[in-house]
Amino acid sequence: MGEVSYAPETEAVGTDAGPYAARWPLRDRLREAVAGCRAYLLIAGMWSRSTLTYRVSFLMTVVGNACMTALDFVTIAIIFGHTRTLGGFTLAETAFLYGSSGVAIGLADLLLGSLDGLGRRVRDGTVDALLVRPVPIFAQVAADRFALRRLGRLTQAAVVLVWSLIRLHVAWTPGRALLLPVMAVSGAAIFGAFYTAGAALQFRAGDAAEVQSSFTHGGGTMTQYPPTLFARELVRGAVFVVPVAFVNWMPALWILGRPEPLGLPGWTGWLSPAVALAVCALAGLAWRAGLRSYRSTGS
Amino acid sequence: MGTQALIRFEDVEKVFQVRRKAGRLRRERHEVRAVDGISFEVPRGEMVGYIGPNGAGKSTSVKMLTGILMPSAGRVTVAGIDPSRERLRLARRIGVVFGQRTTLWWDLPLRDSYELVRRMYRVPDARYRANLDRCVELLDLADLLDVPVRQLSLGQRMRGDIAAALLPDPEVLYLDEPTIGLDVISKAKVRDFLREVNAEHGTTVLLTTHDLTDIEQLCRRVMVIDHGRLVYDGGLAGLHAIGDSERVLVVDFDRELPPVEVDGVRSVRVEGPRQWLRFPASASAAPLVARLAARYPLVDLSVREPAIEDVIGRMCAGSQGL
Ligand SMILES: Nc1ncnc2c1ncn2[C@@H]1O[C@H](COP(=O)(O)OP(=O)(O)OP(=O)(O)O)[C@@H](O)[C@H]1O
Ligand SMILES: [Mg+2]
Repeated sequence: MGEVSYAPETEAVGTDAGPYAARWPLRDRLREAVAGCRAYLLIAGMWSRSTLTYRVSFLMTVVGNACMTALDFVTIAIIFGHTRTLGGFTLAETAFLYGSSGVAIGLADLLLGSLDGLGRRVRDGTVDALLVRPVPIFAQVAADRFALRRLGRLTQAAVVLVWSLIRLHVAWTPGRALLLPVMAVSGAAIFGAFYTAGAALQFRAGDAAEVQSSFTHGGGTMTQYPPTLFARELVRGAVFVVPVAFVNWMPALWILGRPEPLGLPGWTGWLSPAVALAVCALAGLAWRAGLRSYRSTGS
Repeated sequence: MGTQALIRFEDVEKVFQVRRKAGRLRRERHEVRAVDGISFEVPRGEMVGYIGPNGAGKSTSVKMLTGILMPSAGRVTVAGIDPSRERLRLARRIGVVFGQRTTLWWDLPLRDSYELVRRMYRVPDARYRANLDRCVELLDLADLLDVPVRQLSLGQRMRGDIAAALLPDPEVLYLDEPTIGLDVISKAKVRDFLREVNAEHGTTVLLTTHDLTDIEQLCRRVMVIDHGRLVYDGGLAGLHAIGDSERVLVVDFDRELPPVEVDGVRSVRVEGPRQWLRFPASASAAPLVARLAARYPLVDLSVREPAIEDVIGRMCAGSQGL
């Protein structure tokens, strides 16, 4: 990640600043972001409507999805049938970690999960069709086949999180209460950055989807469990290299009033939004570079 | 240069770096010069044919005109905009049809695709209604509106695509093989439709095709490219002149004869009593026929015009040195 430069960027694809963009980089960027969100809602709305036409089958997939992910949590519950604590964490605390990790990845998956499909589009040449439309391609790919069924996973994680909040013995200060939503949003943003970076790779290598999914799924599974279960090296990697520790571990430990396993000061829990911002910026640059390297297909 | 030119190509090049297997492990880099120094201008409202053999660089040119690809050298300008720099801004003003693949949403019915187009391009309601009605009528889409795009046949999908490209009233329309896979009736419909759009709205059209009837019926100007270079740019009629083409006189005699020897014609083929005689396209056929009839027992005859395909084929085959 060494050669990343923070020179002013523009919206235009594949080139340096256009004359207009150079004068108002921020305003142009904002305008594109707004246009992107609008397009996202437009396309996602269209897909939702078309899935909702088949109400019964939609409900069944949502429920099926929730059940599938619920099995994860059943595993954890079974473990607690045999032991009172897991790596020093109670059931409620573990559920808190599980729920917060699940909500983060569920949100990212709901909003950006479709980015996975970019590789297929690069291979079959349909990216060209997206590039001739007047809305940012990121929004178009992210909203493509927007799948409301992914709500199943999110709902299940949210239920576990709420349940853990009821059972936890935490003295809720304003700080703790504030960090809770901040953690959810930052966590989702970190996973979203992984999805984005993974998709950026697919501009060059159409089959790079696995790289991304190993990061998100690996990170997602890891952060469902207490950090004390993992080798020190692994936790260190999760803090400093692939910062999944900031999805929930660091802020959650602060909320739970527990020491950080690497001995870092407690306020590092509040670094989550900054870390999220940083990885999103990197992912954005990766996306831009990927798009710039796109060369279309021969036919 | 006039301010009239809507599309401008100035010494445009596009070079692809491709890696090729060479030997078991070694990979060789080499360059494909897909577009190799092309310059032209298209004024607003014109309808031009952009033709040439497979791999000539037509699609690559269209991709540079839409901003999908950045030129390796030279300058592309469309409506005063550099497409690859301001792709999004330009996108609002152009329409593109890729015959090879759809720009519609594969799983959505046509109607929903059009609705998305309307909102993405912010087409005013009244305009949208009018345009959609006209497209539905002229392209025969009424029965297809509720069918998901993936269930449409190639020809139906193509008509759907053309309509989608025209709903936002683009200033420029790029058509990359829009009649591929269309039956005769659909082809005629599409051509009529394009002609009308061009005439009524002054839409500038750049048309790539392998069906030269499209060009003959729609375009007064053609550009022929080959190996990434422009080898002809001018009127359709001029093509024949430049391709020093010949017409063919097919004659039936009352019996088998040795190849005829008459000034101004060349016997190129003999099949029983029938012979094929070539003569310059510029020469008049009547005196030739008179001379033939005077010396040989003529039963029947017909004149074949040179096929434009042949003219272009000959032009491109001999273009290496151009
Ligand atoms: N993305 C790409 N990567 C590498 N080479 C490419 C790419 N796109 C096109 N080419 C090469 O560039 C040349 C021109 O291709 P192009 O698609 O522009 O031809 P065309 O005139 O559209 O041909 P056709 O009539 O077959 O559609 C070909 O030799 C092709 O192999
Ligand atoms: Mg082509």
